Amino acid sequence: MTAMLPTLGLLLGCQLIGEVAARGLNLPMPGPVLGLALLALVLWVKPAFAENMRATVGVILANLSLMFVPAGVGVIGNLDVLSDDWFPLLVILTVSTLFAMLAAVATFIGVSRLVEGPSG
Amino acid sequence: MSGVASLWSYLSATPLMWLTATVLAYLAADAAARRLGYAPWANPVLFSVLLIAPVLWVSGTDYATYFEGAQFIHFLLGPATVALALPLWDNRDMIGRSVAPILLALLVGSLVAAGSAILLARAFALPTDVILSLAPKSTTAPVALGVSEVVGGIPTLTAVLVILTGIIGAVTVTPLMNLLGISDWRARGFAVGVAAHGIGTARAFQVNQIAGAYAGIAMALNALLTSLIVPVLVRWLM
Repeated sequence: MTAMLPTLGLLLGCQLIGEVAARGLNLPMPGPVLGLALLALVLWVKPAFAENMRATVGVILANLSLMFVPAGVGVIGNLDVLSDDWFPLLVILTVSTLFAMLAAVATFIGVSRLVEGPSG
Repeated sequence: MSGVASLWSYLSATPLMWLTATVLAYLAADAAARRLGYAPWANPVLFSVLLIAPVLWVSGTDYATYFEGAQFIHFLLGPATVALALPLWDNRDMIGRSVAPILLALLVGSLVAAGSAILLARAFALPTDVILSLAPKSTTAPVALGVSEVVGGIPTLTAVLVILTGIIGAVTVTPLMNLLGISDWRARGFAVGVAAHGIGTARAFQVNQIAGAYAGIAMALNALLTSLIVPVLVRWLM
């Protein structure tokens, strides 16, 4: 709990550096994704930070759903698109999600068998 | 009546009301989802939107006015994305033990998730901005919104599509994997994490702890990869 502000400072600092790098270097990645990579690097160099962050990060990630609500409410601004194209969108999302899961599971199992040998 | 009207016009001009409404709606939605035993379709984001949207509709409040209050919560998506580094760091040993299957399944799953969405949307002749909004649908919302903005999609539409994708993945993964007779929990979890991000990961944790851990790894890695490959795929496939 006592490490809440330092943790927020570290998260915001990583995001800020990420945003500056993304814009400054004209990278295709959003700033927070670069911030994620930067924080992973920080933890690699300073593993002790992990324990100090755990409580605050736990609260943030446990309530991740809350942070999607404002964007989700954006549905009211997109009712025209959704009502025009709801059927193709539903088909695309379902088929594409099933394809992605099949492709990932087949690759994972295929490569593990090659690397680890056939397991019992 | 004029007192109520002037109070309303005062409240609707401050960020406080819609900020409070968002937090309260989420608390109610989360409590409802818990009471429903976190069934795959009982998604707190979906429930919150279903509570707030009709209130905005009835009160004639536009999204821009709502967002003036809600932006303070929306802003937290940035630091929350950065915070995903911690579970990635925590699982580094597990990642280290299966680097090859993880990296290849990540690459193939992520390419198929975005590529098939773009190609199917083109086959249905959807408008360009809708296709661009669909492309990052399989990654976690904060990243998907950023990618959508970068490639020229509509971030608010992407948010809705990301949430729908998560629900579809969470509902279908268990029957699909059982049908195929796949018993490797690492592979099952990883697949739903790549295709259906956080909502898929939450579902995987309900079914099996190893599946949940691998779904979390897949979600975090796909957050990085999607932001790299979607701009490239869009250039190739559009």
